[in-house]
Amino acid sequence: MSTRTLVSPAALARPRGKAVYWSVLTGTVLLFTLAFLFPVYWMVTGAMKSPDEVTRTPPTVVPEQWRLSGYTDAWDLMRLPTHLGNTVVQATGAWLFQIVFCTAAAYALSKLRPVFGNLVLGGILATLMVPAQALVVPKYLTVADLGLLNDPLAIWLPAVANAFNLYLLKRFFDQLPRDVLQAAELDGAGKLRILWSVVLPMSRPVLGVVSIFALVAVWQDFLWPLMVFSDTEKQPISVALVQLSQNVPLTVLIAAMVIAGIPMVAMFLVFQRHIIAGIGAGGTKG
Amino acid sequence: MTETAQRRTVAKVEVRPMQAPPPAGDRRRRRLTDQMRAYGFLLGGLVCFALFSWYPAIRAVVIAFQKYTPGSDPEWVGIANFTRVFADPEFAAAWRNTLTFTLLALLIGFAIPFVLALVLNELRHAKAFFRVVVYLPVMIPPVVSALLWKWFYDPGTGLANEALRFLHLPTSNWSNGADTALISLVIVATWANMGGTVLIYLAALQSIPGELYEAAELDGANLLQRIRHVTVPQTRFVILMLMLLQIIATMQVFTEPFVITGGGPENATVTVLYLIYKYAFLYNDFGGACALSVLLLALLGAFSAVYLRLTRTSGEDV
Repeated sequence: MSTRTLVSPAALARPRGKAVYWSVLTGTVLLFTLAFLFPVYWMVTGAMKSPDEVTRTPPTVVPEQWRLSGYTDAWDLMRLPTHLGNTVVQATGAWLFQIVFCTAAAYALSKLRPVFGNLVLGGILATLMVPAQALVVPKYLTVADLGLLNDPLAIWLPAVANAFNLYLLKRFFDQLPRDVLQAAELDGAGKLRILWSVVLPMSRPVLGVVSIFALVAVWQDFLWPLMVFSDTEKQPISVALVQLSQNVPLTVLIAAMVIAGIPMVAMFLVFQRHIIAGIGAGGTKG
Repeated sequence: MTETAQRRTVAKVEVRPMQAPPPAGDRRRRRLTDQMRAYGFLLGGLVCFALFSWYPAIRAVVIAFQKYTPGSDPEWVGIANFTRVFADPEFAAAWRNTLTFTLLALLIGFAIPFVLALVLNELRHAKAFFRVVVYLPVMIPPVVSALLWKWFYDPGTGLANEALRFLHLPTSNWSNGADTALISLVIVATWANMGGTVLIYLAALQSIPGELYEAAELDGANLLQRIRHVTVPQTRFVILMLMLLQIIATMQVFTEPFVITGGGPENATVTVLYLIYKYAFLYNDFGGACALSVLLLALLGAFSAVYLRLTRTSGEDV
């Protein structure tokens, strides 16, 4: 069952309406395939072409030979295991730090009534007004002063200062029924115990959302890791791809791009229903 | 008097229903330990916000008025950083490019997702397909999208010119031509980011009550009139919000020009954030970089304030 939209169901039921509907549908499917799926297909197959086939005009739509050597060369030549490993370490650490510190802070602000709690919350929300990218230079200098350059902590610690995720968590905790927490307190549970065994199990949906945001943000980031990791050995895949892009054959670069894109796309395909529902809800409900 | 005494007992009973009221000193100590515990939970978050959000914001303003070289003592130089930055011919180019980019992204990158969402909302088949496919580019790392389009834009063997040749149209220099570079980057940014806009706008469209369309139709409104008088007013708030978010995001554009054009050709794609990066890491001029950051911050801060104001006040009626 669907609700009434712009075009009335009666108009759609007429033969002319039906014809228009099906042509618009086919057209949209074709447009989406061409605009969004074809570039991805072109990238995946481009990496399988031979170095000379990939630059041929007019191009071949299907590779003459399905070679995997582009991918294996990229894996070795661009040392993808190192860079992918760096990205994984940076993203998992940032996720873990955010989950631990943002959850604890959100719990304190929501349930423990610290004095000046509103002031602290106001200070945190005020950072939402300051676009992160405009502050990268002073942030870089602070990280440099702390001696954290070329250290994954340079990703992990700033990731905790994420007002959006903290506020999401706090708002969710605000809605948890007070009497459940009080019951746990009467049973003699400490604050940490309540957070761990009562609050967190009830907060699975919001923890899922925050986790995805945290992972995606680090995986996609480019400017910040470009600044803080001058040591090639420590660079995540996003930075390494750009740094090495001039010095490797085209097919190898394309293969490396595909490999770099796989983890997030795979995660998206697995959790697509939750992610898509979350974007719609988050967008309209602010 | 008896009344106040009574009220006080009631208050005590509410706080600790199962126990006799503890003596005053004990209660104060208990409140202190509660506070210490609360701040214990807050500590990690507070330290990170202080070091990586609050302090850098203050520091940007301070260093904007200093000659700053890491490792040596900063010197106060007044507004010298600002005058130097203003005199740089790249400064005007960077702002012009950033504002043009934002405007074009608003025209192209906003009109297309808006129309797509309108169409998708009418389609009753393949819903999941459309939503997944349109969001797919958002999940591809921006660096990968940028490199992918750099390859497409290759004037000799790139897919973009192949497509034009296939259609018997004149080929273009795309990101390599001074007058087409910026629009080429707008296309990349639009392709990569419109999934979010489409999905959010689609969700807003679904909240429009069907009766409004029925009533409009009974009044004889045609399709375009219904869009103009029902759809747009009903989603005006979301449209405004998405526009502001997009302006804030596109004014901070960096990855596309850095990866695809390197700011060229002839500074045609140097953006403000790119210029900040250059001042800090190429010229080693952190004072100039912070002066630029403060300018960008002031402008974006104003947009953000409007955005937050809007989301705050409309919280009730959405």
